[in-house]
Amino acid sequence: MEITLKRIDAYRWEIPATGKMRVPGIVYADDSILEGKEQNEPLQQVANVATLPGIVKASLAMPDIHWGYGFPIGGVAAFDWEEGVISPGGVGYDINCGVRLATTTLLKGDIATRLEDLVNALYRYIPSGVGSTGSISLSVSEEKKVLRQGSRWAVSQGYGEEEDVAHTEEKGCLENADPDMVSPRALERGRKQLGTLGSGNHFLEVGFVDTVYDETVTRAFGLFEGQVTLILHSGSRGLGHQICDDFLVRMTKSSKKYAFDLPDRQLVCAPLRSEEGTAYFNAMACAANYAWANRQILLHRSREVFYRVLGISPRDLGMRLVYDVSHNIAKKEIHVVDGKSRVLCVHRKGATRSFPPGHPELSPAYRAVGQPILIPGDMGRASFVLVGTQTAMEETFGSTCHGAGRVLSRKAAMKKSKGRSIHRELEDQGILVRWTGRGTLAEEMPEAYKDVSKVVEVVHGAGISRKVARLKPLAVVKG
Amino acid sequence: MRNPAATRSGYRLLDHTADMGIVVFGPTVKGLYEAAAKALAELLIEGPAPEEVQRLSLEIEGEDRADLMVNWLREILYLWAAKSLWLLETNVEHITSKRLSATVRMAPYDPTRQGIKTDIKAVTYHRIQVRRTTAGWEATVIFDV
Repeated sequence: MEITLKRIDAYRWEIPATGKMRVPGIVYADDSILEGKEQNEPLQQVANVATLPGIVKASLAMPDIHWGYGFPIGGVAAFDWEEGVISPGGVGYDINCGVRLATTTLLKGDIATRLEDLVNALYRYIPSGVGSTGSISLSVSEEKKVLRQGSRWAVSQGYGEEEDVAHTEEKGCLENADPDMVSPRALERGRKQLGTLGSGNHFLEVGFVDTVYDETVTRAFGLFEGQVTLILHSGSRGLGHQICDDFLVRMTKSSKKYAFDLPDRQLVCAPLRSEEGTAYFNAMACAANYAWANRQILLHRSREVFYRVLGISPRDLGMRLVYDVSHNIAKKEIHVVDGKSRVLCVHRKGATRSFPPGHPELSPAYRAVGQPILIPGDMGRASFVLVGTQTAMEETFGSTCHGAGRVLSRKAAMKKSKGRSIHRELEDQGILVRWTGRGTLAEEMPEAYKDVSKVVEVVHGAGISRKVARLKPLAVVKG
Repeated sequence: MRNPAATRSGYRLLDHTADMGIVVFGPTVKGLYEAAAKALAELLIEGPAPEEVQRLSLEIEGEDRADLMVNWLREILYLWAAKSLWLLETNVEHITSKRLSATVRMAPYDPTRQGIKTDIKAVTYHRIQVRRTTAGWEATVIFDV
């Protein structure tokens, strides 16, 4: 079905509510993003989400919108907590896939001669790749502690500092996590993967602050031009995937009793107040906590590699976590809708929280300026630091984009890479790459992805988050 | 790529921007489900089959044929993801629109002899279809990679 789009302004488009849509769709994009037939399917998904029970205000899409399972990636949808539904497709398979940014006291020039040693050591000591297992093997009871405590568990085991937890979304723990809602299969898959990077588009990147757009916020975030940075992108590994699968099965079975008229099977859902809905929300929280513990361990291991290779002390390295954001998650949040305060379940799938200055959820360090937002680019191009805004709270339930989607299929990327040496091309640009897996580099090459700077220009232009700084890669480890 | 009008079973890849899909075909519904499992195994792993195998009996249920296909392939994927077992051969012994029972021969993955071809993370419901054709049966399955 061809979707009709009505332009609201330069960055906002409406899909008018027609047929079974309960609310309109609102898409944040510019003309170039909406070009091309391949956008029709994700826009149809925006319209499909608008049919779900209890959806509030609009089915939203960020400018990195692309096709997903049920919900589009780049989709945001909020549901009334009493009357609405929760859907695993609105979170994604990789629950709490997210990004963290750390800074150091070092300048780019300080590590130039040691960069190769650094990336080789990161590649050696941070497990990555398909089915990779880590050195942390958990008993069932210890694993359940990870699922309950998230980042706090990692810090209690010596992986990091209290300040890391304070600078993590939700302080690295959703308190409603209930490990009894997690299947033995999911526990089995999670037991040996803690402390691993994962594969596909997961990565670890050493980079530097290339451009400062907002001096005041940059200073508040502890960033400065030329500063060496570390970005980690990873999720809940096999545990999260299994939890998603388990609840897709369970909700498919229970869907008969709710008689929802779903335009797409992958939108399978349950009322938030139902047994299935509550169970999923609490199991999803376990996966979220696992991912935060994982990223905390990866950060700390990275610190240790830096100390060893550069031969400097923790104080001289000064590797500080700026922030950790989730971009696949469902949260219980309070938002003002039509002048009234409402409790909502906000699904962000391939979208990031964007909370404004003054929001009580923010740590004291950031409350004056707003929440840091990290938007990773592909391995050849820039990543961005943004800050949250009041416009996001008013329009998008405090949400913004998360990155850039694929523009080439894996097969097309492999074809385009034939006869080329992708890692040499990157080295010629001054970027060292280490990777696992035969096809990984070709499949993940920069041209396979959209240009994230275009996505960032839209959210900045629309005012749902603001540019703070641009980071450029120096060395990348890909799983 | 095989001729879908033939009486043999097989599959072809669907090119997709974000993920990976297959169209599987078979002369019978039993052949279809067996071909789908073998297709998944072929996409996951490459390399010589080992001598040591495990035989497992699987009982799978679904709300309908499409749900059954997703749950069947999910089980094969779970055995790989959680237990590093990959499928060598399968025999679907009994199948209805909502249930199947099968025997599978699985081998433990040996990284010194086999390689991982594709990191398939999940079997999705997206575009899932199981349908009769003039040549037999056909299914479309999309995998999350």
